[in-house]
Amino acid sequence: MSSRDAVLGRIRAALADVPPDETPDDVPVPRAYLRSHTAPGEDLVTLFVERVTDYRATVHRTDKAGLTGAIAAALASRGVDHLALPSGFPVELLPPGPWTWHREPLDVSDVDALHGTLTLAAAGIAVTGTVVLDTGPGQGRRSLTLIPDYHLCVVYAEQIAADVPDALARLDPTRPLTFVSGPSATSDIELNRVEGVHGPRTLDVIVVDPTHPEKP
Amino acid sequence: MSTPGDRGVVWLGSPSFPDAAREALKDTQLRANLARATSTIRDKRLAVASELDDWEELRTSAAAIKRRTARHLDHYLVQLEESVTAAGGTVHWASDAAEANRIVTDLVRATGEREVVKIKSMATQEIGLNEHLADAGITAYETDLAELIVQLGDDRPSHILVPAIHKNRTEIRDLFAAEMGHWGEPAPDGLGDEPAELAEAARRHLRQKFLTAKVAVSGANFAVADSGTVVVVESEGNGRMCLTLPQTLITVMGIEKVVPTWSDLEVFLQLLPRSSTGERMNPYTSTWTGTTDGDGPSAFHLVLLDNGRTDTLADTVGRQALACIRCSACLNVCPVFERTGGHAYGSVYPGPIGAVLTPQLVGVENAASLPFASTLCGACYDACPVKIDIPEVLAHLRAEVVEAERADRRAPTPEALAMKAAATVLDSPALLGAAQKAASLGGRALARRGRIGRLPGPLRGWSDTRDTPVPPAESFRTWWRKNRSQNEGER
Repeated sequence: MSSRDAVLGRIRAALADVPPDETPDDVPVPRAYLRSHTAPGEDLVTLFVERVTDYRATVHRTDKAGLTGAIAAALASRGVDHLALPSGFPVELLPPGPWTWHREPLDVSDVDALHGTLTLAAAGIAVTGTVVLDTGPGQGRRSLTLIPDYHLCVVYAEQIAADVPDALARLDPTRPLTFVSGPSATSDIELNRVEGVHGPRTLDVIVVDPTHPEKP
Repeated sequence: MSTPGDRGVVWLGSPSFPDAAREALKDTQLRANLARATSTIRDKRLAVASELDDWEELRTSAAAIKRRTARHLDHYLVQLEESVTAAGGTVHWASDAAEANRIVTDLVRATGEREVVKIKSMATQEIGLNEHLADAGITAYETDLAELIVQLGDDRPSHILVPAIHKNRTEIRDLFAAEMGHWGEPAPDGLGDEPAELAEAARRHLRQKFLTAKVAVSGANFAVADSGTVVVVESEGNGRMCLTLPQTLITVMGIEKVVPTWSDLEVFLQLLPRSSTGERMNPYTSTWTGTTDGDGPSAFHLVLLDNGRTDTLADTVGRQALACIRCSACLNVCPVFERTGGHAYGSVYPGPIGAVLTPQLVGVENAASLPFASTLCGACYDACPVKIDIPEVLAHLRAEVVEAERADRRAPTPEALAMKAAATVLDSPALLGAAQKAASLGGRALARRGRIGRLPGPLRGWSDTRDTPVPPAESFRTWWRKNRSQNEGER
């Protein structure tokens, strides 16, 4: 007998108390929990900005017209010059300046030599302060947002889901997904959170919010 | 299938819990480290759990999803196998630790590699995979910071989430300085004991390993039956490195980790980070479905591990322990764990959940002291995000231990004799009255300042660790009889 048959056989024997005609749907799963922990009418962008900031990422809020300037400002303040640019990132958003943009194909050592990566996102989650990447256009392979020490991520206001249930419903599980909540961190020493281990140690997020005027 | 004693889980030669706990309690440094770490995390967990008004509803749903899954586990595992296979992965089934180790070793050998990088995983710890790979000439590098600390120290994990919780920053600094050089990139000269500095040392130590690794081994927090999606929840990015950069990924998961649907994750991804690290969301959660062209490993193997889980499933009271999502909230709130630490449990699964899971995975006769490693205070049940009634399972397993001992011995235990005597006395009002009178007289003769200290004869074992209150001069039954007859006429 194969191990598969043995394990399945033992499971069926162990479940002798389950009536043979019971189906999974016969086991009730109450779902009285909230779809979202936001208050009615609460501004999702404001909450998202607050929660992302809470986990030591830096968030800039701008309207569409201010986006290129916000990208330039973030990159300049971090002093990063060589950046990975995933395919599908809208080139018209790139600021003129001292930056060198590195496009695929890139091997591991190429990516390791870069200072950072500029990407779009697949979704944001307001309550948890999370950005989600699904390797879609402008996001690149997972390693592009992992190996370099700096990640600048552009999220559009309409991409921000209120809470986890809404976000999961928007995402496609067949794509590789990465949920990012702040820079890499550990709680392994005395259960105190410390930012900065193997993933990018600095995470900047730009939220593009049409209702938000460009900052002077 | 191997005997329960061969399932890994418990460390051979470990003393029973009472002996190990007695030794651990003498270690004042250990107690200080644990008290500090658990009180930090308790406060954080409470703060983020109380942010959600519907915490109880989330717990109820999580328990119900796990119950549905357990009652139809065969159905969901077959469905998971189909969806993972359809997405380009390969599914393997392992009856026990030995078979899982053999499968993983053969898969690594087939790649021709002699090194693997590892994501922290309870399942691979349970089966002793690293030791098995080492015997086969394959070096497994633990990449989670706490696992790295345990590996460098040739130590045992003492906590589900933070295996090195028993060590403080100074001990970790000393360990890094002494040992990192033997495994790869040495610690920088003059390494300090600030956590940020220690994290930086770990980053440098493991960097080249990540960038050159060809094979990774992981566990899984969840696997979704309907989509074939596997989920790893982590903080440091070591998980992302292992899941993304190597060509071959081997994931070992217990069969109970399957969940029915993608949308069921909306419950667990809210409960798990808040319960484990006290965060609204952990820094990184990765999900993948089979393989993806041009991104991540080109070969994905999923090993489904039984290793005693079907024995646990067969116990209708004990099976709820299979709902555990390994958050470790029960450890952090447990007054026993806080004082003894995890090593005293002698199992890869310590604390309250370990006290119910370990005896079921390996058979109560192989972990008979663990169901008693608890005060039954119930804090673990309150903290559990999937509502495992740990005190109920503990009491149930205690009964099993007593039954097993009775079946084992021809002469009854002193405990059994005492219980039998108590049953006789409690059955007869006359005997109870006489016993209470005797206890009152005897107790007052023995008492000093209202407490009875050490008891004589066979009762010494009981009184070694506790005082007994002096029995009242008059029993309640005597008082009731007197007062009730006096007051009867006034009604």
